[in-house]
Formats: sequence, C-alpha cells, structure tokens
Amino acid sequence: MNILGLYNYWIVVILMLIGFYIVIAHENLVKKLVGLAIFQTSVFFLYISVGKITGATAPILDEKWQLYSNPLPHVLILTAIVVGIATTALGLSLVVRIQEAYGSIEENDIQIQDTQDQFECQLEAYGVQEKLTTFDQELDE
Amino acid sequence: MTAHYPVLQVAIPLLAAPVCLFLRIPRLVGLFAILVSGAAFFISCMLLQQVIATGPISYELGGWAAPWGIEYRIDTLNSYLLVLVSAMSTVVLVAAQTSIVRELREDRHTFFYTAYLLCLTGLLGILATADVFNVFVFLEISALSSYTLIAMGSDRRALTASYQYLIMGTIGATFIIIGVGLMYMMTGTLNMYDLAQRLPDVYHTKTVHCAFGFFIVGVCLKLALFPLHLWLPNAYAYAPSVATAFLAATSTKVAVYLLIRYIFSIFGITFVTTSLPLEEIFLILGLAGIFAASISAIYRLNIKRLFAYSSVAQIGYMILGLAIGTRLGLTATLLHLFNHALMKSAIFLAIGAVVYRIGSAQLNHFAGLGKKMPWTMAALVAGGLSLIGVPLTVGFVSKWYLVAALLDKGWWPVAVLVLISSLLAVIYVWRIIEWIYFTQPRIIIDNVKEAPLSQLIPIWLLVLANIYFGVDTRLTVGVSKLAAQSLFGANL
Repeated sequence: MNILGLYNYWIVVILMLIGFYIVIAHENLVKKLVGLAIFQTSVFFLYISVGKITGATAPILDEKWQLYSNPLPHVLILTAIVVGIATTALGLSLVVRIQEAYGSIEENDIQIQDTQDQFECQLEAYGVQEKLTTFDQELDE
Repeated sequence: MTAHYPVLQVAIPLLAAPVCLFLRIPRLVGLFAILVSGAAFFISCMLLQQVIATGPISYELGGWAAPWGIEYRIDTLNSYLLVLVSAMSTVVLVAAQTSIVRELREDRHTFFYTAYLLCLTGLLGILATADVFNVFVFLEISALSSYTLIAMGSDRRALTASYQYLIMGTIGATFIIIGVGLMYMMTGTLNMYDLAQRLPDVYHTKTVHCAFGFFIVGVCLKLALFPLHLWLPNAYAYAPSVATAFLAATSTKVAVYLLIRYIFSIFGITFVTTSLPLEEIFLILGLAGIFAASISAIYRLNIKRLFAYSSVAQIGYMILGLAIGTRLGLTATLLHLFNHALMKSAIFLAIGAVVYRIGSAQLNHFAGLGKKMPWTMAALVAGGLSLIGVPLTVGFVSKWYLVAALLDKGWWPVAVLVLISSLLAVIYVWRIIEWIYFTQPRIIIDNVKEAPLSQLIPIWLLVLANIYFGVDTRLTVGVSKLAAQSLFGANL
C-alpha cells in the first residue's frame, strides 16, 4: 500500500481539517456554516471510498460482472446528505434571524452587544439594590 | 399490537408531529401532543414490565433479520430510560399548555409542539434502536428539533445560543458518524450486537482505536462533559422554560445512555480501559466539571443559567460513576440519570411558572416571591435541596450510592471531594433562598398571583416524585442494579 494510492483518504483528511479550521477561525456566521458543510462533506467522501472496490461495478446483477461495490455506505451517505442539508438550512435561517435581531452576523459584534445586555442586567440587580437599601435606612431613621 | 410496541413507541410521535401542523388550533394541538406523549409513556411502561418479566425484546423492522435489517432491541437499560424520557415529556407538556402562552407568539404554538414531538421521537429512537447508523439519524432528528425549540426563546440571545449549539452539536454528531464509518470499515456491520461479536477480532487495529476516540469525543460534546459544555448554559438559559425543562431532563441523559451503551455493549469494558486511559480522563474531567460548573453557578444572576451550570456539574457526577468502572459505579450513574431528571424538570418547571407570572428569570426579580407564590417557591426550594442531596430526597440516594461506590473502589479522596462539592450546591441554593424569602421586592409584584393549577400540578407531581423515590428506592435502585448487572454480565 503506497501513500499515493490512498489519495482519496488524504482528500478526506485535508477537507476535514479545512472545514474544521474554518468553523473555529472565522467570525462570520455564514462562513462558519460553510466550514461545517465542508467538514460534513469530507465524511461523505470517507464513506463512499469505503464502499468502492477497484474493478467492481454498481450492484445491479448482470452476467457480465462478477464483482460489485458495496452499496450500503452509499445509501447511508444519502441519509447523511439529507441531514447535512437540513442542518445547513436551519443554520442559515438562524443567521437570517440573528441579522434581524442584532444587525450583524459577525461574532464579535454580537458578543459586544450581548455583554452590554448582561452588564445592564447586573447593574439593575446590584446597582438598584444599593439605592433601595439606602432608601430603607432613611425610612428606619 | 403488543409485538409492535418497540417500534410504535417511536413511530407514534414521529407520525403525530406533522399531524400537529394540520390541526392548526393551538389548544387542540397541545392536547393532542399530551395524548401522543402519554401513549408513548404507556407503551414504555408496558415494555419495561415485559422486559423485567421475560428479558430483552428484539424487534426486526420490516421483518428483515438482524445484521441486515435494522433491529430495535429493548433491554433493562433502555426500557428504564424510555420510561423516564416519555414520562418527563408528558409531565412537561401538561405544564407547557399555559406556559408557552406567555413566552411564545400564538402563531408559533403549533410549531413548538411539532418540534417538541420530533425531539421526543429522536430521543426515544436513540434509546430503542440497536443500529449504530440509526442512532445517528435519530440523534440528528432530536438535535435539529431542539435547535428549533431553543431558537423560539423570546430573548434574542436565544438565537445565538441555538446557533452555537447547532455548530457544536453538528461537530459532535459528525464525529460520531466518523466513528461509525471506521467501525463499519473493519467489521462490515452496523448492528450493535453483531459489532460486539466482530470487534474483538480487530481490537488491535489502529482503525478501531481511532473509531473509539472519535466516538468518545463526539458523545462527550453531546452530553456536555466539561470542557465541552460551552453550548449548554446559553441554550438552557434562553430557550422557552418548558423546552429547557424537557431538554434538561432528557437530552443529556440520552447522550449519557449512548456513552454507556457504546462502552459496555459494543466495545466492552476491557477494550475501553486498555485502549485509552478512560478511567483517568473521566475521573479528572468529571471532578473538574463538578467544581468549575458549581463555582460558576454561584455567580450567575439568571436563574435558568445558574441551574444550567448546575446541570453541567451533575453530568460530572454521572461521568464520575462511569470512571469508577465497577458495577456499583455504573449503578450510581444510572440512578443519578433518573434522579437528576426528576430534580431538574421540577426546578425548571417552577422557574417557568415564575416566568409565566413575572416575565423574567433574573434572580433579583425573584425577591419577595416567597410570599406571593408560596407553592411554586416551595417546589423550587425542594428541587434545590434534592440537588444538594438532603436526606429524604432523590439527590441523597444518588450521592449515597456514588460515595459508596467510590469507597468500595478505595478512592476515598474522591469521595471527600464529592461531599465538598455538595457544599458548593448549598451555596447556590442558599443564595436563591435568600433572594426569594429574605429580600425586599425589587420590582412591583403586588399583583403577582400563585401559578395556575395546570402548572402547579405537574410541578408538584415531580416534587413528590423527588421525595417518593428518595424514600422508596425499590424501583429505581432495583432496575439500575439489574441494568448494571446485565451490562457487566454481557462482557465478563
């Protein structure tokens, strides 16, 4: 077994890492989904490679052929593709709603806005608390 | 009819979900959902009874024999969890009828129930099936529908939480199918029990080790093991309250089930402990999770977020039970699975009732509610006490078994750490009690009334279950022991 002969598995590994890197490194929410789709696609390649037998044909019985590829991994991947599409569609629709709610699809902008919300909540909880206690003290006096 | 129970369990909610869309009238859809979930609960009870009486049930989908066709296999472990998931789902749905009126726009109610039933289908499917690829499909059904449920939260942060969960959940699920693919490469089968027989021949290959590694990481992402828990706190905090109650009670539990199933039924405990230092990894991550998450919980102001962190800590206890690697440890894990679901669903439903009345889950808005909503607050406190592990609650039972298992293994320093960690729970629960009972109201709550009966009844049902199973442990401990025994028996 030489290294080049397994080139399809190399493609799987490289695509997987590219996809994973995009998911981690990019801040744009749409680009992250693109990375996720590449990551999932690499797995489709893995499965399809497993089912392929050199010199074999599609599994339709015929007298001319003796060797058939394994159709099961291909069928499994059909299911996985459907799942992948559903995930991407749901992810993109979330991004649309995020854009409507935040006015941005950059992770950084969203985080800044969230931190502000958080800060306001805390100010409300602890800041107001101080005011109320002083008010209570005045009443006691 | 009885023979088809294993598949009906999953098929009924799956078929009912699209029917919801045609019913249209929200109230009718709600009742229909309760009915469907109740049917699933009934079936799961019958299955548990049947399994205890006559042993595992194997069901061949479409009549195709096992290694080729998809097999559903119900044994003690999954019938126990099927009962848990369908029971939680039914109770939560009862409370959902009124709760979502406040938290969701009316035109979304139907979609909520549809997504909810799909999520239930996915969870029940993962539990029932004995086919590893089928597990992935159901995993994605439940995951996609839970992203939808979370995104329905009224705060805009629900959207980002859902997005974050989508990214991490998909990576986890993809890791799991990579593992499945690598195993299929080596064995040519997808059936769990067939895999268990064929894997020992190829144990020495790197491919199988690699498959196992991918699988463990993928599942740990799904079950929110520290430090892979980052998606969980936000998702739980901003989802609609009833969705949080449902997900907190069931979805991570099902992921823990998957981990147990793979470790014990597929790979076998000997392979698992020799191929990876899994015992040490689980011990360290479990403990780190318990402490880090409990400490984070102490500082949270949003009460849903607080209990979300506490959920991460509780997952730590379950993983710790697995790390022990003995029958007692596994029993403790299974017990805590069940008990934690009872506590968390009671707590999140009580919070949901407060949100229903005051429209906020900020702890500072809870001030003074002890007088206004005494029953709801009592339920919240009871749930909190159970989390700490006070005697007469289920929390005590699971901590007791965990500590006993640790001592039996001779890991007494870990047992001490578990007891110390309970003190952290005391701190965050006390903080809540202080706000509820001993602080002046921060907002105007003069007109706040007790939660409606349709919410109080499910909440108190769960609280009473917390106490009942804390006193009478025959069912939970009995079934956990039986399940642990059969899992170990299969590989010894």
